Amino acid sequence: MSVLARLLRQPFAVAGLALVLGFVALALAAPFLPLLDPNATEPANRLAAPGAAGHLLGTDQLGRDILARLIFGLRVSLAVGVAATLAAALVGGIIGLVAAFYGRWVDGALMRLVDVLMAFPYLLLALAVVAALGPGLTNAALAIAIVNVPFFARAVRGQALGIVRRDYVAAARLAGFSDLRILVSEVLPNVAPLLIVTAATTIGWMILETAGLSFLGLGAQPPQADLGSMLGDGRKVVAAAPHVAAAPGVVVFVLVVGLNLLGDGLRDALDPRMKGAETGVPQPATRVERGRAASGTLGHEASGALANSVLDVRALSTAFATPRGSFPAIRDVSFALRAGEALGIVGESGSGKSVTALSLARLAPTPPGTIVSGEVRIGGDDVLDLSLDALRRLRGDRIAYVFQDPLTTLNPLMRIDAQIVEAIRPGPGEGAKALRARARALMADVGLPDPGRIARAYPHELSGGQRQRVGVAMALANAPDVLIADEPTTALDATTQGRILELFARIRRERGAALIFVSHDVGVVAHLCDRIAVMYAGEIVEEGPARAVAERPLHPYAARLIACAPQLGQPDKPLAPIPGAPPAIDARPDGCAFAPRCDHAIDACRAGPIPLEDAGDDRRVRCIRWRELLGEAA
Amino acid sequence: MRSYALRRLALAVPVLFGVTVVVFLVIALVPGDPALAILGSYATPESVARLNAELGLDRSLPVRYLAWVGNALTGDLGRSYALDRPVLDEVLERLGPTLILAAAALGLSALFGLAAGVASAVRQNGWVDRAIGLALLLGVSTPSFFLGLLLVLWLSVGLGWFPTGGMGALFGGGGIADLLRHLVLPAVTLAVVATAILGRLTRAAMLDVLRQDFVRTARAKGVEEDWVISVHALKSALVAVVPVIGLQAGYVLGGAVYVETVFQWPGVGRMLVEAIGRRDILLVQGGVLAVAALYVAINVVTDLAQAALDPRIEV
Repeated sequence: MSVLARLLRQPFAVAGLALVLGFVALALAAPFLPLLDPNATEPANRLAAPGAAGHLLGTDQLGRDILARLIFGLRVSLAVGVAATLAAALVGGIIGLVAAFYGRWVDGALMRLVDVLMAFPYLLLALAVVAALGPGLTNAALAIAIVNVPFFARAVRGQALGIVRRDYVAAARLAGFSDLRILVSEVLPNVAPLLIVTAATTIGWMILETAGLSFLGLGAQPPQADLGSMLGDGRKVVAAAPHVAAAPGVVVFVLVVGLNLLGDGLRDALDPRMKGAETGVPQPATRVERGRAASGTLGHEASGALANSVLDVRALSTAFATPRGSFPAIRDVSFALRAGEALGIVGESGSGKSVTALSLARLAPTPPGTIVSGEVRIGGDDVLDLSLDALRRLRGDRIAYVFQDPLTTLNPLMRIDAQIVEAIRPGPGEGAKALRARARALMADVGLPDPGRIARAYPHELSGGQRQRVGVAMALANAPDVLIADEPTTALDATTQGRILELFARIRRERGAALIFVSHDVGVVAHLCDRIAVMYAGEIVEEGPARAVAERPLHPYAARLIACAPQLGQPDKPLAPIPGAPPAIDARPDGCAFAPRCDHAIDACRAGPIPLEDAGDDRRVRCIRWRELLGEAA
Repeated sequence: MRSYALRRLALAVPVLFGVTVVVFLVIALVPGDPALAILGSYATPESVARLNAELGLDRSLPVRYLAWVGNALTGDLGRSYALDRPVLDEVLERLGPTLILAAAALGLSALFGLAAGVASAVRQNGWVDRAIGLALLLGVSTPSFFLGLLLVLWLSVGLGWFPTGGMGALFGGGGIADLLRHLVLPAVTLAVVATAILGRLTRAAMLDVLRQDFVRTARAKGVEEDWVISVHALKSALVAVVPVIGLQAGYVLGGAVYVETVFQWPGVGRMLVEAIGRRDILLVQGGVLAVAALYVAINVVTDLAQAALDPRIEV
């Protein structure tokens, strides 16, 4: 999409563009409009009110026509603002380019100069320049341009630094092109958009400040008048005739509003990333809009509700909004967990395993996520029905999480004990001191050495393994019924991984909480968990007892995934990576999602949705050929 | 912390040096006869001759600079011939009112700017966000000299709620209440633009923080949403926003020039405008130097505040 199209899609920017174009047209057309002479005084008709005969906006203290003065004043203000902006952009741009291109002492010297200019309060430096050069419109505009040079210089230098290191600039240098030619033909085009954005977002300021200097009597001198000096003149009679000041004041304000609307719009259009609104910030809980899913309840019948389950997930689907519409990230996910049971969810990146884990306590990010179908029952309550407050009480109490990268998942500005204390639900009458003691006990529980020292530490002062133990301690704070670990070892080195896995194994033995362990590593999961669910393209494709699935997978994808996992003690085992890539979320086929990569796919696989089928021995599989393939293998 | 503070202070030294050079050059490069420019229209030929000797204008620029800095360090900023008193005395007298005004405006803008930015970010893209966004855009586009006039006209002249100008006499019987009555309109006028700038920056910083993993962790722990926003997210956002409050001080100290003029507030800003009108160059020089030094100091303080907020900054 072109810049102009993106600009015109923003209603505020369009309004700004219309205002600015209107003002520019008015300013350009001023000499040709049927206006009175803006400088013709009419002493008999001083301070006429708006609407007076022949003077639509009235007259000022010398009897001059305000409308005519306004339009000619606008012309002056706009011209001065544009000139100051161009001057600042030119000088600042050159400083930025030269500093970035030559680096070393040139860069150092120029940037120190910029620093010094920025060390002055903006307007004060302009005042000093005007004081030295004397009042006058040109000097005022020059002063405003000078104080704006640093903004352009810094912005351009920042961008140009990245460009001068690129290969094509080095190539141009080697080819013997002159520095000037490289700067103009290779570097300048790349910083031009930034230069335009900076100009567009500062021109409003510059017009405002130049008008301000004129208002103070330091800019335009009579008989020359800009909007600022008109306002300054009007101030002298403001009590008797407020319209004399109001007219230029309103025009300056509306003009600058228009310029700023346009500038913001241009910035967003030229660099959509700067808006940061591609995906909004996550809301406190995933939105639930059930009844939108058209997919029915495939696999639901096979989920076989467990009598004494602590967690019962049925036909859970979470859709993600994309620019091309809403697509299911996970579809009809069903499983149940008994107290003390551990379920491992494995799959490649993008298989939906993390979305599944996060959806259980409605932590999948909205936007873009929406839970569109299913139930998540924890001890009888459907989590998806809970109010926000009830959900908050459930989180951390009955269902707790350990996340992937403990450096980003702990608050960098908070001491460790404060973060653990925050996770603890205080009992009746339990004070701050008791809570801190419990935090220390939890830290000892998860094997953190020297809890006294670590309690007072900040996350960046700990090792990765220590941080992840803190994460586990927070999750265990209220002895949850269900503990969900979302790739808790992925960000850690191998030795630390082993220790954290031992910790999870111990927690399982000692605590009896149900565990969901999300990982891309089949070996780890098979070792730690009772059951395994293999996910592919947002669906569970196979689920069953860990040992059985790991040793004799039924689904072709599960078989390939297990075959390509390195196994401890068998370093020579040939690894067979799966050719191809999983389908993108918005390009999943109607039939089996693995069919395009499957050696055993037949036409029937692609015909339509494949149900999750009961395969006996407490196992389920989403493949229409599993019996045949089992026969072939045997 | 102490070593960080020392290093930050050390960084301010070259900046201050640069500031003095720029301020010095302002007078040194004044076109025409500097002595005449300094003495202004009150000059007699004898005083011009005397000042020329006093300033040592026959000496080279670096020598004159060193002499000037040396004098400035001992508190001698020269003499305002128009006011017939030492520049330092006048500047110090005017600095107090400006500090009161600027502090009030910065306080107001921090309060409302942070509130607006947070409220906007947590309702990103909702109608509250759009309404606040538009209000902040109108805010940054406001000519404070015009807003001041409107407020005087409406609330002082029209409704008689506030005095039309001046500062009130703190020790002249008016007391604090009288000072506050005089302070409200100028402080509000000055705060509008700063509030809008700060609100936009706070919104951006909050949007950045709310996307981070530790916010999700806090929610997963079942922490109250208000606490997630005000403690986890806002504190992190403040690390980015606090140094900007220091930069805001620059806009506020500059904007004070307009506001002091409109409300006849007896601060440095109005003094500078009057001094420029009289071509009282030494007074301009002293005033600009004092405010710039103050601004450099404020930025050191906000950087230290940032370091105190963020334990990751090497101290």
